[in-house]
Amino acid sequence: MCERFLLNELEQNQTGEVRKILSEPEMKRRFQDIGLICGTKVTCVGKGPFGDPKAYEIRGAVVAIRNSDAEQIEICPERISEKGV
Amino acid sequence: MAKRREMTIALAGNPNVGKSTLFNALTGMHQHTGNWTGKTVSNAKGYCERDGVLYTFVDVPGCYSLMARSPEEEAARDYICFQFPDAVIVVCDGTCLERNLNFVLQVMEAADRVILCINLMDEAEKKGISIDFEVLESMLQIPVIGMTARSGRGMEQLFEVLGKFAEGTGEKDIKEAIVSRKQAFGQIEYPEVIEKEISHLLPVVREVTKGCLKERWVAARLMDQDPGLCQAIMDCLNLEFSEAMQLKKAGMQAENRMKETGQRLEDTREQMAEAFVRRAEEIAEKVVSTKEDTGKKKGRMADQILTSKLMGFPVMILLLLVIFWLTIKGANYPSEVLSNFFGTIEGYLLEWCRRGKLPAAIYEPLLFGVYRVTAWVVSVMLPPMAIFFPMFTILEDLGYLPRVAFNLDKCFHCCHACGKQALTMCMGFGCNAVGVSGCKIISSRRERLIAMLTNCFVPCNGKFPTILVILTIFFAGNQAVSDWKLALLLTGVITLGIGMTFLVSKILSGTILKGEPSTFLLELPPYRRPQIGKVIIRSILDRTLFVLGRAIVAAAPAGLLIWCAANITVGEQTILMHCAGFLDPLGRFMGMDGVILLAFLLGFPANEIVLPLIFMGYLSLGNLTEFTDLHAISQVLYRNGWTQVTACSVILFSLMHWPCATTCLTIYKETKSKKWTLAAILIPTLAGILCCALFAQITNFVLR
Repeated sequence: MCERFLLNELEQNQTGEVRKILSEPEMKRRFQDIGLICGTKVTCVGKGPFGDPKAYEIRGAVVAIRNSDAEQIEICPERISEKGV
Repeated sequence: MAKRREMTIALAGNPNVGKSTLFNALTGMHQHTGNWTGKTVSNAKGYCERDGVLYTFVDVPGCYSLMARSPEEEAARDYICFQFPDAVIVVCDGTCLERNLNFVLQVMEAADRVILCINLMDEAEKKGISIDFEVLESMLQIPVIGMTARSGRGMEQLFEVLGKFAEGTGEKDIKEAIVSRKQAFGQIEYPEVIEKEISHLLPVVREVTKGCLKERWVAARLMDQDPGLCQAIMDCLNLEFSEAMQLKKAGMQAENRMKETGQRLEDTREQMAEAFVRRAEEIAEKVVSTKEDTGKKKGRMADQILTSKLMGFPVMILLLLVIFWLTIKGANYPSEVLSNFFGTIEGYLLEWCRRGKLPAAIYEPLLFGVYRVTAWVVSVMLPPMAIFFPMFTILEDLGYLPRVAFNLDKCFHCCHACGKQALTMCMGFGCNAVGVSGCKIISSRRERLIAMLTNCFVPCNGKFPTILVILTIFFAGNQAVSDWKLALLLTGVITLGIGMTFLVSKILSGTILKGEPSTFLLELPPYRRPQIGKVIIRSILDRTLFVLGRAIVAAAPAGLLIWCAANITVGEQTILMHCAGFLDPLGRFMGMDGVILLAFLLGFPANEIVLPLIFMGYLSLGNLTEFTDLHAISQVLYRNGWTQVTACSVILFSLMHWPCATTCLTIYKETKSKKWTLAAILIPTLAGILCCALFAQITNFVLR
């Protein structure tokens, strides 16, 4: 139903639902620790001065994730009506 | 059942949920607190007596799960799981309970007596979040207390629960509760395939654990096969070889059976971890309700500015600048008062000694050696330290440090290092030893070592006044603009230090610590209003006492030593002259002189005493015996041939030389390796010698 999208491709204030986590087991565990698993909703809330890392809201907390790590997460973005993504 | 007289209680929970604040509130101690993840890196113990029970509280480093990955998380896990505290208080952040519940459930699987404290309820209420404690209590079957540790709300309730535990009246309830947890939500259920294997494992586990650890937990961990945790379990049980083999074999068999059904270990692990997250989700859905909130938006707006492309770095530098300016402004006056005060006292003491006909051989070393150096440390070095430190602490309480790490991460990433190094670097501003032990928050060993080896490139609170005083004397210019100019210069020096951190990190990760950057996850906590009054009082008091303590321990003997060296003659010269003469060629080569190098060497116990020792050395060479202010000091320096080049070299070298003794010891303790400790001494020293020599030779060449 939805196109393949990576976490780091989320626009600011855009939300997506995690589809697949392709990270190394070590990183996967870390994601699980902060509650990021398949089906979790993630919102991009900001980015650093260099556009990397970016800040994401996950289950009420804001966490910084490097783009190289976010690339390993496939998501399904929610459509934002105003922006028409 | 007799009432227990002593109880040991662990305080566990996710990072930055206020465990240390609660710990301080419970014990009346002043454990350092701050608004960022990973501030507490080792267990701290505190005591409190209440209704005839002596409670020992243990503040455990924050962690997201019991599958430890960094040394600080290991410390937490080992305490919670294997030190058998009488109860574990899991502290949660009321503003993001769902994520915290994940950890609560894990602890409940490993320990029986768990109390859930939901902290930061004031913030949660402000954000329009309400939590139904009764429902949560009945779902988890453990005591749940809502609290605000900062203001002491909920403490009475907590002691009530603890008191019940001590009396043992809670005991029966707990047993019943553990049974009912199965029916309720407190016990995790894994997918059927896994549950089946767990039930296969249980008899074997029961046989070897002998009731020492929770059987279901051990069985589940065997399925999960987290190597670190499995090893820790084996170590804790102190198993015979055959028993360990039995356990391992059972685990392997379970895995093989799973494989036959097409379930890989990877899947099992994932499903088990997800079981916790999903259960937490389920519970949160029932107990947490949120109204629209505005506070979050404000924080977001602030972040938008503080971490933006345009403003991120300028704001960082501006903040540094303002802090330095305030420090300079604020330190002038007390510094003057203190040095006048000590000068007057010295006059009286001298007169008193002379009138009492004390032999000069006794009072001179004490007065001109011990007293004077100590007085200098207090009057010149202490005021800037006592002002800088609390301001820094306020930024820390506010939650700005994680933003610095967020901004700088890309730079560290480029150096193949971890963005959390920015946090340890910031801690280094306060004290390099603290910065080094803070490196525990970095999970990759390689990146942790880089952070440790480069930590002393940021000037600690003890080096910082040295740099400040020299800048004041040689570069401040006229009074009207001098404070801002000074602050700017100081910011420049600090920036140079940070630049060196990057450069050396880059070189290290390309040579002796080769490797790819590992993963990085950093929580950006909401901004919190710092408790300004409390911070100022505490850090001035603590800092003052700390510096005074060090002044007596380090400065006094060094003062005595250098006085004796300056006044005892061997052959035709004093010992000081011999030493300084010996070091002089190297000193000159680096744009300094022998006395300065000697002072740096003698300043090994504490950086605070380097500058006073330099003055001392010069004063004993010349015959100036008056104790006066900064102006007189500058005259001494000028008379001893200091130029702006000398001043620059000294600043460079004090920025980059060996770490102080305390830091070296900390590095040894953390790395447990003489090799790396030596590297930590050599790297900054070599960098310093190189920079100074280059600078001195180039300026020599240009100026001639």
